[in-house]
Amino acid sequence: MWKAIAGRSTTPLTYLALVIVWEAFVRAFNIPSWILPSPSAIAATAVTWAPELFFHSLATLRETLIGFVLALVFSLPLAVVIAFTTTLRRLLYPILLGLQSIPKVALAPLVILWLGVGELPKIVIVVLVCFFPILVNVVAGFEAVPKAMLDLMHSLRASEMSIFRRLRIPIATPHLFTGCKVAITFAVIGAVIGEFVAAQEGLGYLILISSAQSQTALAFAAILLLTVISVVLFYGIEFLEKRLVTWSP
Amino acid sequence: MISERRSARDSPPRANDSRTDARAQDTPAIKLAGVTKVFGSGNEVVQALGPLDLAVATGTFVSVVGPSGCGKSTLLRLIAGLDIPTEGKIWRYGAALDGPSREVAIVFQEHVLFPWASVLENVMLPADVLGLPKAPARERAFRLLETTGLKDFAGHKPHMLSGGMKQRAAFCRALLSDPQLLLLDEPFGALDALTREELSLELSRLWQDLGRTALLITHDIEEAILLGDRLIVMSSRPGRPRLDISVDLPRPRDVNTAKHPRFVEIKQMARGLLFTREQD
Repeated sequence: MWKAIAGRSTTPLTYLALVIVWEAFVRAFNIPSWILPSPSAIAATAVTWAPELFFHSLATLRETLIGFVLALVFSLPLAVVIAFTTTLRRLLYPILLGLQSIPKVALAPLVILWLGVGELPKIVIVVLVCFFPILVNVVAGFEAVPKAMLDLMHSLRASEMSIFRRLRIPIATPHLFTGCKVAITFAVIGAVIGEFVAAQEGLGYLILISSAQSQTALAFAAILLLTVISVVLFYGIEFLEKRLVTWSP
Repeated sequence: MISERRSARDSPPRANDSRTDARAQDTPAIKLAGVTKVFGSGNEVVQALGPLDLAVATGTFVSVVGPSGCGKSTLLRLIAGLDIPTEGKIWRYGAALDGPSREVAIVFQEHVLFPWASVLENVMLPADVLGLPKAPARERAFRLLETTGLKDFAGHKPHMLSGGMKQRAAFCRALLSDPQLLLLDEPFGALDALTREELSLELSRLWQDLGRTALLITHDIEEAILLGDRLIVMSSRPGRPRLDISVDLPRPRDVNTAKHPRFVEIKQMARGLLFTREQD
């Protein structure tokens, strides 16, 4: 029993130890808080600035989620088209691949230039970032059907539609979740990139402003919140996956 | 329901002595004339099969045994309509073959159960795809699961079943639509020796109750003789029949069938042929 408790508590205890070492290091060497604030200082700042942090978190979260959902809405039908029509696949795949090869950070200023400083350009950047990992994984999923299963369906004279519904969709579902898990971490990054270029709200904006004013503790609090958002979204998708995909291939 | 169907069948060519007559009377379940299958193109052409002539009488169990790569699986895929022969023609029940048919069911070497569906859903797949009436199909599915001892596992996912149970479920799925012709592609190939023997005897009983035509592809001589009315031994690539004899052993077959002098004789003959092939 002690072993089980020890096993479970190893990770949190390690994190706690790191925080204590950080705190001790800052205090022992008298490091100025504008270079590296201590954990206690960050916590105190976070409490003072709680309403602002909440407001900016909400903005970033909204951009991330709307962009992610839109990426899903666009990429799923396109994945079907690419997986099943050779002509469109030959036409679209190189374009998409080219688009994917452009660093999205480089595109962000242009998107802002075209769409202004509101929420829309950030959402567009998030869509651009999320789109490809979802698309590629779903296309791969549609094609990951074992040959014997196809033989079985063909031996029953199943139509392509029937094979799609009964076989390809279930096979592609775990691949879709793999794509989503990659995409959601990219999505948060995408939103922050957008906010870095030009914004009036969001955690990226807050980090930029607070670092410029040497309010390093506030920047740290915002970065920590971003990390929390990323991790929570990732595990949210993983939770959904465990609920929906109850089988192992 | 299964046994009712058997008694309802008109003059099933069951007993060994009447089989030759039945073969002459009925249109064969399967007929192949000059069938070859060539894979690849250009310089890398491999003739996998034939030229092959073959007729399988309705209601008989034909076993095809041969070394790996003798094209026996290709033969089954051609008969199933999953592949097209390079040359020659195939008829099923007198009609030229045009792709797969709902009257033909296949049991593959792997169980090929959908891992996301329950055992019952898997067994019901042919009914769903073929659009058979739900209620009778469900009833038949349960009956099949009962005869194979899987009734209590109807709601389980395949990964919770043993290898033998999975293959039993695959047999139930193949039999759901009550096919005229059962194609068995090394159906026990992925199982351990004990389960293999148990399942092949079970299949023998099940097949006898159904009274349908069956074609078994295997590399196991004993299994081929134990199940078949007729044994075809194939040569290695390109696959052609080297031996084609009637397995005149009494039914029902059981564990003691393997001790029958005739069984041993046929086995020796087949083994000798397979062995000399490897020599030359």
